[in-house]
Amino acid sequence: MTSSSPTAQAHEHHHNQDDVDIFGFWLYILSDCILFATLFTTFAVLQHNTFGGPALKALFNLPYVLAETLALLFSSFTYGIAMICHYRRKRNQVLFWLGLTFILGVSFVAMELNEFASLYHEGHGWQTSAAMSSFFTLVGTHGLHVSIGLFWMLNMMYQVMRYGINGTTSRRLTYLGIFWHFLDIVWIFLFTIVYLMGAV
Amino acid sequence: MKKLRYLLLASVTLLISGCKVAMLDPKGVIAASEKSLLIDSTLLMLIVVIPVVLMSLYFAWRFRESNRKAKYSPGWTHSNTLELICWAVPGVIIVILAIITWVSSHTLDPYRPLDVKGKPLVIQAIALDWKWLFIYPEQQIAAVNFVQIPVNQPVRFEITADAPMNSLEIPQLAGQIYAMAGMRTKLNLMATEDGLYDGMSANFSGDGFSNMRFKVKVTSKKAFQVWVKTMQHSPNQLSIDAYKQLAKPSLAEPVNDIPVAYYSSVAKDLFTKVILMYKKPGMTNLRETLAKSANGKTKPLRELVMGDATRKAQLAHKAQKTKAANHTSA
Amino acid sequence: MTLQHALLGDLSLNSIPFNIPIIRDAGIFMGLIALVVIGSLFYFKKWTYLWKEWLTSIDHKKIGIMYIILAMVMLLRGFVDAVMMRSQQALSVGHSMGYLPPEHFNQIFTAHGVIMIFFMAMPLMFGLLNLAVPLQIGARDVAFPYLNSLSLWLTVVSAMLVNISLIVGKFAATGWLAYPPLSDIVYSPGVGVDYYIWALQISGIGSLLSGINFTATILKMRAPGMTMMKLPVFSWAALCAMILVVLAFPILTATLGMLFLDRFMGMHFFTNAFGGNPMLYINMIWAWGHPEVYILILPAFGVFSEVVATFCKKPLFGYTSMIWATIVITFLAFAVWLHHFFTMGSGADVNAFFGIATMIIAVPTGVKIFNWLFTMFRGKITYSMPMLWTIGFLVTFAIGGMTGVLMSVPAVDFQVHNSVFLVAHFHNVIIGGVVFGYFAGLTYWFPKTFGFKLNEKLGRASFWCWLVGFYVAFMPLYVLGLMGMTRRLDHYSLASGFHPWLMVAAAGTALVGLGVFFQILQLFVSIKNRNRVGYRDVTGDPWGGRTLEWSMPSPAPFYNFAHTPTVTTRDAFWTMKQAREANGGQVSKPAYTDIHMPKNTGVGFIIAMFAGLFGFAMTWHIEWMIAVGLIGIVVTVIARTFNRDIDYYVKADEVERIETACANLATQARDDKYPVLNTNELLHGAK
Repeated sequence: MTSSSPTAQAHEHHHNQDDVDIFGFWLYILSDCILFATLFTTFAVLQHNTFGGPALKALFNLPYVLAETLALLFSSFTYGIAMICHYRRKRNQVLFWLGLTFILGVSFVAMELNEFASLYHEGHGWQTSAAMSSFFTLVGTHGLHVSIGLFWMLNMMYQVMRYGINGTTSRRLTYLGIFWHFLDIVWIFLFTIVYLMGAV
Repeated sequence: MKKLRYLLLASVTLLISGCKVAMLDPKGVIAASEKSLLIDSTLLMLIVVIPVVLMSLYFAWRFRESNRKAKYSPGWTHSNTLELICWAVPGVIIVILAIITWVSSHTLDPYRPLDVKGKPLVIQAIALDWKWLFIYPEQQIAAVNFVQIPVNQPVRFEITADAPMNSLEIPQLAGQIYAMAGMRTKLNLMATEDGLYDGMSANFSGDGFSNMRFKVKVTSKKAFQVWVKTMQHSPNQLSIDAYKQLAKPSLAEPVNDIPVAYYSSVAKDLFTKVILMYKKPGMTNLRETLAKSANGKTKPLRELVMGDATRKAQLAHKAQKTKAANHTSA
Repeated sequence: MTLQHALLGDLSLNSIPFNIPIIRDAGIFMGLIALVVIGSLFYFKKWTYLWKEWLTSIDHKKIGIMYIILAMVMLLRGFVDAVMMRSQQALSVGHSMGYLPPEHFNQIFTAHGVIMIFFMAMPLMFGLLNLAVPLQIGARDVAFPYLNSLSLWLTVVSAMLVNISLIVGKFAATGWLAYPPLSDIVYSPGVGVDYYIWALQISGIGSLLSGINFTATILKMRAPGMTMMKLPVFSWAALCAMILVVLAFPILTATLGMLFLDRFMGMHFFTNAFGGNPMLYINMIWAWGHPEVYILILPAFGVFSEVVATFCKKPLFGYTSMIWATIVITFLAFAVWLHHFFTMGSGADVNAFFGIATMIIAVPTGVKIFNWLFTMFRGKITYSMPMLWTIGFLVTFAIGGMTGVLMSVPAVDFQVHNSVFLVAHFHNVIIGGVVFGYFAGLTYWFPKTFGFKLNEKLGRASFWCWLVGFYVAFMPLYVLGLMGMTRRLDHYSLASGFHPWLMVAAAGTALVGLGVFFQILQLFVSIKNRNRVGYRDVTGDPWGGRTLEWSMPSPAPFYNFAHTPTVTTRDAFWTMKQAREANGGQVSKPAYTDIHMPKNTGVGFIIAMFAGLFGFAMTWHIEWMIAVGLIGIVVTVIARTFNRDIDYYVKADEVERIETACANLATQARDDKYPVLNTNELLHGAK
């Protein structure tokens, strides 16, 4: 055996590896931006192709979507507080704020699913026209991202509970934070372009 | 060795004499301009390409390691003059080519009416699986896989598809333009010489694509008028029902000649209707309707998501295909 | 719902075309090969070795080797497709229908394109990047070694999906970009396009992860002192290509995703009716597809830059120009996509704009060619294989580039678009540029990877067969294109006059085939003689290299550099060698230290296998298997986040032992042979 077991603190990455990791994660976010840009483009091209169906703006319930938006925006805020607590190494407070973020996230997804279901049952499903297809896909892709973020958050809550706040969990909380705020920003674009610009 | 050379020479001559290079033998104004554009741009680029090829070969030979006479200057890695030339020469050529491109893109735009006197003859072309339908709206006649046009008169093709995307091309008369369902593209051209020319679909559209060819006959104006008259007496009529029958997929028997059909009358606004079929609900094409159940309300979500509609479409397509196959073999 | 449907989805025995002899025999042949491989793994008891040293390896050099093996196997498969197309077109004239019915022929040309781009060129590119980039920049490994392994295995399983489609069901018959509406469920029912979508989705995600990985590696892990303007040209080209990957591949993912939703959920993005717009797909697929072309060619340009400088024994002429040319090409790559469909009828202004933007790319490309030529000027050129491929490239690419610019003139493109002229053009630049470049890179870095050189004579034979074969196979296609022959024809009339030219093209394919045969023979002969003098690379610097990878022993030890090098100049190793010479051959080596290494992990392999299962299940609508695939991926990822045992140290005395053994190797030749020594140890470490 030529390799020895590393000592406990060697699990922590080298100082410059952290830097590399975060950079890599930003690159991922960049590529995700392009993914959303493609879907936004598609929406822009197809939003008026309702094939005889009602215009999209007639289908939206703006106050409802505004409530959805607030839930997500507020979840970004609570995540920010969780991160501040994590810098102060307050494990239980981190867990509390993560939990609150999680609940807000779940309510966002639930509201979105409810909106989708009512559209579908009123006969405005994704199969009715290109406009509806692009709407469901763009909004749904964002919702899918949020859902993945929620699963990730659960995992992180468990890890913080089990391992406390150390180099690894701290790095991962940072990633999740970038991801979560990124989804928030995408939603702001989405809300503006899909809901507001459609309605005004 | 000598024999081999003769053989080689003979076969090369045979190859060249045996082929008709359609694009270098244009019979229409547009194709002729496109040909000279092709040749001009090639010559322009050869200004760079020939020196590059010669330099590659010469430098490779001259500066081989075993050549003691060649100079070796390992420190020579930069020269402002040379690098300026490297950027400038291709740059200048591209500027010239860009001007040519800008002008030719506009003059040879397929949508642009030709600068010649006379009202253009309008022909509406519909790409079907896997054949071409040509409608003469003013003459109220139609033909499958055959076009006749008068010489020296501008012709405007209006093109759509009731099938996957195709591309209409008659190389000796003009370049191609796509044929797309629910859309109308245009192609203006004018033939300058009598003859029988090849036309085809240039964009792959499925199993019968290879035989999606047609003939273009260019005749004198008089002969064209005579042809129109005879066409108007042909027994077949292109009603909506006849069109629906025609639009079903069919494969041409490739070993025989491409099948041709003529119609003495055409249902009113057929061309526009074919386009609108894809644009408005209620007129939708049979195959599309089968594939996509527009109202998912009555269906359980799972069935829809897991592609029940998909399977239905597959069955419908299969049935049509076997029908088509039976039809052609019968 | 029947039990069979619950278990197998749409899959049934009828999906396997036993009745078509060509497919049946190909299936049997593939099965036999698999049996032989699996059997010999049992016979030689190599399963543990395979798992421990390869499948779970996260060493960039081994991942590179596996990418290249995949690329070579897929090259053979894609080449067989090419032979079938060429022979069908040579036979299928007039009253003869050839031997392939249209639905089979259409699958073959689709598979040929997909395999050659996604499963030959891309893996070969990633293979070369893996072999060379970390060594060139003086890094321990790539930024994310475990993601690197995941990328590899995602690519491998998607290649497997494409090959499974040969036997189980069918592949897409739509052309390699699967244009809707033809690829829509209405016109392409059945599993072909679904195989296509999932193979590309899975490998696309693999490529995207690699793109992120190498961008981070090159920007963040360079050796101290290596500023961007001291970065070797190959690494620069790789960086630009990887940035293109990061920016372009998400477009592919989104576009194919929407095609999938159209087919599977009844959506209407690209359908003819219901407001769908097939032209949107064509725009978006080329917004990825055109950058993809540069993703492939830029690393090849990088290889030529390294090869020319090394074999002319001169630093690269106009380094700065070269880098700027690469950057300009990277940006312009996103501004020209519309030239793939001038014939859509976008109008003269739009067409002219994209035509001119396309031509502008010819300028930086021209600059590159001139810079290579001026590097050769007053150099001292040795003709080893990499240099031969380079000369072949210069001449061939100049011609291919010319026909490319020709087609960027919209009015000319109206005539030659979709014709075999176009086919000739892109083979002209892809074979003459990408393939020749990657072959040059392969022969160039082969000794660094395996510790021995490839046989020169057979390499030359292969080069000449490829070069002449290429011209014989593709020059006739230029003529045929001008004669009005469209691409993708499975049959044509005798009167067309195509036949003699297609016979010539078929002969060219045979010549290329001979070239491939010589390459395989070359590999066998070289492996057999690997310890002989003349093959074995004992110095670590077989070509007189200029960049850091040549400063270490061959094969490169599993830990890469014993000491992280410090860089002061562009040709870092060349400067080191000169300093050593000035010093009378003496180099002061600091003491060896422990090296921190990541541990092997099977997670990448396992995730990829679940992803493959998922893709197969989505293709055939097998619900339980879809669930297994998805849950498998999620559980494996989560399990990985709980694994704390991910690294270890290589002890300093172990490093010293290996380095000394390598240094002493040169003096140990006996009877024209070197001792077998520690090739294995260098690759895997002593375990």
